[in-house]
Amino acid sequence: MRRAEVGIGTALVAAVGVVVTALASGWTGAIVAAVVAVGAGAVVEVFVARRVRAWSYAEREDDLLVQRGVLFSRLSVVPYGRMQFIDVTAGPVERSFGLATVRLHTAAAASDARIPGLSRADADVLRDRLAELGEAQAAGL
Amino acid sequence: MSDDRLEPAHWHRLHPLSPIVRAGRATIGIAIVLVPSVLTGRRSSGLVYELAFVGVLLGLGFVSWLVTRWRVEDDDLRIETGLIRRQSLRFPLAQVQAIDIVKPGLARVFRVAELRLRMAGNTGGTARLAYLPERDAEPLRVRLLQLAHGAVEPTARTEEREPKQHGDERVLTTVPPARLAASILLSDVGFASAAILVGLIVTAVLAPSVAKAVFGGGAVPIVGAVTHVWRRFNQEYRLTLAEAPDGLRLRSGLVALTSETIRPGRVQAVRMVEPFLWRRLGWCRLEVDLAGRQRRKGEGEAQRKQLRAVLPVGSRALAFELLERIVPAAPQAGLRPPGRVRLKSPLRYRFLGWGRTDVCVVASSGRIRRVTTWVPLAKVQSLRRTQGPLQRRLQLASVHVDTAGRSVHATLRDRDVDEADRALAELVGLAREARRAPP
Repeated sequence: MRRAEVGIGTALVAAVGVVVTALASGWTGAIVAAVVAVGAGAVVEVFVARRVRAWSYAEREDDLLVQRGVLFSRLSVVPYGRMQFIDVTAGPVERSFGLATVRLHTAAAASDARIPGLSRADADVLRDRLAELGEAQAAGL
Repeated sequence: MSDDRLEPAHWHRLHPLSPIVRAGRATIGIAIVLVPSVLTGRRSSGLVYELAFVGVLLGLGFVSWLVTRWRVEDDDLRIETGLIRRQSLRFPLAQVQAIDIVKPGLARVFRVAELRLRMAGNTGGTARLAYLPERDAEPLRVRLLQLAHGAVEPTARTEEREPKQHGDERVLTTVPPARLAASILLSDVGFASAAILVGLIVTAVLAPSVAKAVFGGGAVPIVGAVTHVWRRFNQEYRLTLAEAPDGLRLRSGLVALTSETIRPGRVQAVRMVEPFLWRRLGWCRLEVDLAGRQRRKGEGEAQRKQLRAVLPVGSRALAFELLERIVPAAPQAGLRPPGRVRLKSPLRYRFLGWGRTDVCVVASSGRIRRVTTWVPLAKVQSLRRTQGPLQRRLQLASVHVDTAGRSVHATLRDRDVDEADRALAELVGLAREARRAPP
């Protein structure tokens, strides 16, 4: 999954931001701040990478599985017949990397099935396929 | 009653007193403000303004009544309203889930009633016919339900569903007011407000100035608690549960009367709550979660979240008897969690359990009060397996069973990992079968 790129991106942005603010308070402070920021970014990056690797989904015959989380692991099973609608969203950062998030909604507020970090094309294909499957198996309430 | 008044295909107006009833509390307020000043007759210039104000309000109410009309058109109920911003609402009768009759206090004074048509679907709103003459409400309800069933099944069922009056019902249970009052007093909110009240009175006797300060600071929460208690008392007063051919019929209310019908197929989940203090008395509360009840206009946040109490308070035996009628062959939450769960949730451990049959799953949990939730597998929206860090260390996992809406879901909490995985796989399969089988 390509969320890693987003993770790197945000870490870099954070580092640059800290450097810029530190510039105002002298050079030594700025260097220290930069080192700290890069170090923190690297640590965060490790966690983000782990989180991203843990995020996976599988299309089965009747339902979609979405697994996520390292520390708190979550596995959602969403039957195609229960899907109410499907969202494809892309925030500014995601867009700059050509990524998108597919989100499934059921009538239950708690069923949290989100697949981030797909490429735009993949996301659209997945959305269409899920919508088709959902229509074929629609079961209503 | 003449036939024409009940013939739904013609245009009808609502009851002429509707605007006054709808204005409800405002009307009472205005009356309270106006009547003394009229009686004493002083400050006549002020009185003119006040009367003019009331006149304008009455005029607006009259206009709104004049432009509102309704009829049944093909298979839709059509309500037209609005003078400047004309609105034409259509409610397909085939999607009607139930029709409730609601009578607020003022409506009872004027002998009118409101019909609420609850529509299917998550976004489905509520068609309100407010207000109709009281004696027309019940026949019209039956008539509309007939039309609704006719819209679903054109021929067969209409004959079976002849107009039903109260005679067909078999009363299952009535909750005595005294027991309801006692149960509210023993519930968390009731207990807290009673304690606050007693505390206030005691301090008022001992040190009036302190009590005044406390009351000034805590007035808002006190008022909130009192309204909550009152609303519950008012709503569930003399709740009568009866078995009618089309489902369970609930009738309740002290000032505002409500009559509603629960069709078995609409129940998303059933919940049994046993608060700490009630358990000693062997009492419990049985609630049902219904489709299309969550988002209703004109209801406060607190009310919207509330589930419909089928039995506000009653013995466990009675609750299980009712449960049997709502969810036949309901399983017991007999499967206990492994003993090491005590390390993770010492308070919950006593109450954890789950069970299932081929069509229904049950799970119980709770720290101080025990909450047992039954979910028919045909209503399952999605399933989730979650595992936190502590659970991983202890080789535990939870399985969540999600139903429509946000209020209820059953959680098989803290099971052994293998058991959780097996349960998840089984429930996914069973839910699929249940979904495919005709309801």
